[in-house]
Amino acid sequence: MGFFDKLKAGLEKTRKSFTDKIEQLVVGYATIDDEFLDDLEAVLLSADVGVTTTTKLMTEIRNGIKNKQINSPDDLKPFLKDKISTMLVTKQQGETVPHQPPHVILVVGVNGVGKTTTIGKLASYYHEAGKKVLVAAADTFRAAAIDQLEVWGQRTSTEVIKHAEGSDPAAVAFDAVQAAKARKADIVIIDTAGRLHTKSNLMEELKKINRVIAKEIAAAPHETLLVLDATTGQNAINQAKLFGDAVALTGVVLTKLDGTAKGGVVIAINNELDLPVKWVGVGEGVNDLRPFAADDFAAALFADK
Amino acid sequence: MVFESLADKLQQTFKKLRGRGKLSESDVADALKEVRMALLEADVNFKVVKDLVAKIKERAIGQEVLESLTPAQHVIKIVNEELTNLMGGTQSRIAIASRPPTVIMLVGLQGAGKTTTAGKLAHLLKRQGKRPLMVAADVYRPAAIKQLEVLGEQLEIPVFTMGQDNPVNIAKKAVDQALMMARDIVIIDTAGRLHINEELMNELKSIKQTVKPHEILLVVDAMTGQDAVNVAESFNNDLGLDGIILTKLDGDARGGAALSIKAVTGQPIKFAGMGEKLDALEPFHPDRMASRILGMGDVLSLIEKA
Ligand SMILES: Nc1nc2c(ncn2[C@@H]2O[C@H](COP(=O)(O)OP(=O)(O)OP(=O)(O)O)[C@@H](O)[C@H]2O)c(=O)[nH]1
Ligand SMILES: Nc1nc2c(ncn2[C@@H]2O[C@H](COP(=O)(O)OP(=O)(O)OP(=O)(O)O)[C@@H](O)[C@H]2O)c(=O)[nH]1
Ligand SMILES: [Mg+2]
Ligand SMILES: [Mg+2]
Repeated sequence: MGFFDKLKAGLEKTRKSFTDKIEQLVVGYATIDDEFLDDLEAVLLSADVGVTTTTKLMTEIRNGIKNKQINSPDDLKPFLKDKISTMLVTKQQGETVPHQPPHVILVVGVNGVGKTTTIGKLASYYHEAGKKVLVAAADTFRAAAIDQLEVWGQRTSTEVIKHAEGSDPAAVAFDAVQAAKARKADIVIIDTAGRLHTKSNLMEELKKINRVIAKEIAAAPHETLLVLDATTGQNAINQAKLFGDAVALTGVVLTKLDGTAKGGVVIAINNELDLPVKWVGVGEGVNDLRPFAADDFAAALFADK
Repeated sequence: MVFESLADKLQQTFKKLRGRGKLSESDVADALKEVRMALLEADVNFKVVKDLVAKIKERAIGQEVLESLTPAQHVIKIVNEELTNLMGGTQSRIAIASRPPTVIMLVGLQGAGKTTTAGKLAHLLKRQGKRPLMVAADVYRPAAIKQLEVLGEQLEIPVFTMGQDNPVNIAKKAVDQALMMARDIVIIDTAGRLHINEELMNELKSIKQTVKPHEILLVVDAMTGQDAVNVAESFNNDLGLDGIILTKLDGDARGGAALSIKAVTGQPIKFAGMGEKLDALEPFHPDRMASRILGMGDVLSLIEKA
């Protein structure tokens, strides 16, 4: 199955499950009562939307009922989907301003969320769009992290800039940007080691990488993507806050949405931090990355997988 | 970010309450709402929260409030006890087989920390005088075998590899090899997989049938949210888990997933991963975890003295 078919098939299922779930709710309740609203609240909470944002959405629903926008359980599906989509879309920034290549993308996040894999997928995406891509192995810490990126480099015919294990990650980033300029690459993507947002020394290291890049190209990094694992609960909010304090984040990549986790915490992040989701990861394969679509995501929140 | 602890919030909700003696249902209604919110914010699964709050409610309105405690402290004490009970006693041991080698298999979602934990566990057991052998049975993730080999070199512990061969085969040959080399512990590192991936779950079942591990441990990221119950339930149903290892507890995740997993599997959380380094594996303490989930270590120690 091609990428598009896979996407379509996945969404078909998602759309159907969304409908089914709400239908179940609707059939179970002739009118909207407290119990119905409790069930709805449970759907949001179990998707990791979190207490604060769920409360906010429930208030909107109650208001909708009061001012007759919602008259029966039937009206709820479009109402809620619309609210969630709006929450996600209004915060979406426009496309990155055009600039001279190379376009530098820095990828950050806590341990094991899918940074390196996402870089492999991104390299392939841009490669197929006809761009010349370089990737930089600036995770010099984790065992075999460089080898892992090299495998992805081979898979996607992308050159990997690397130093020895244990070397200074900022130096790797520097070399990569230099190489990108010299070789007239369109895009350079920098992998970093997983680090918990609470470790100040490691966040300092990230700032240094950032500084080194900015010194080479004034507007760079043009994008700094925070990778979040959809399985993560409310801690993702702290991750977004603290990574954002260290480096200027431009967007989120939400990975592992092929599981049963819904990643609802990104609604809270969007809501509280003005940080748009740019990409979603739906598998370990090279084609399992796609641009984020708020509507589909809103529908998927209610899907029964 | 102002962090108002559950203790402060409960103090607030009980402010108007004058009398002591038994608390009434209306006395505790607001307090229970705060408890529910705190648990949900700590990522405890909402179904688990529902059961817990019901239990807490029953106890809170049935019991006499101790002379030495405020109503808020009374409720916190009950919450804490229920949480600690649910998480079970300490049991951070690996069952060592009477006839070596003891076979340990690590399973879990992608990126949870299995490979790193394999290294940590091998290191811990080596320090206890054992002779571990690590087994590279992740043939899918790019450079997964290399990753385990690097850890093996760092720890001076042998690693059994057979390239991209079939994982069931690899596990079987590794146990044979352990017997020959007189290694008394075999730690099998498996590929990360989704609990809904039937093919890969079947692969784990086959490994289990073939090498009959003494310990099948589920490695879970402490940052996991509501989905922890689905993951734990699936792995437990398919494999019959013997325990859990909770990783990445060195961050600021409240770790409510610990409660959820315990509630659905009934299996003990044996170890806590406290860092990326290979010595960062500690025994798991249910009581500490309870105060972490509630976000109030100090308050609890005060109440315990009362
Ligand atoms: N199912 C699924 N697995 C994924 C996805 N993205 C990444 N993974 C897997 O998650 C695991 C961790 O991915 P990595 O790319 O190594 O994560 P990382 O953030 O680079 O990890 P560190 O560098 O160790 O911090 C690997 O097993 C990947 O194959 C996804 O979208 N879906
Ligand atoms: N901070 C912290 N990081 C950890 C801990 N345990 C593992 N990690 C990190 O988490 C990331 C993923 O660890 P791995 O051991 O590769 O995870 P895995 O489950 O084997 O991943 P896959 O094989 O891809 O499924 C790495 O960056 C590890 O260094 C821990 O207790 N604390
Ligand atoms: Mg990586
Ligand atoms: Mg691994």
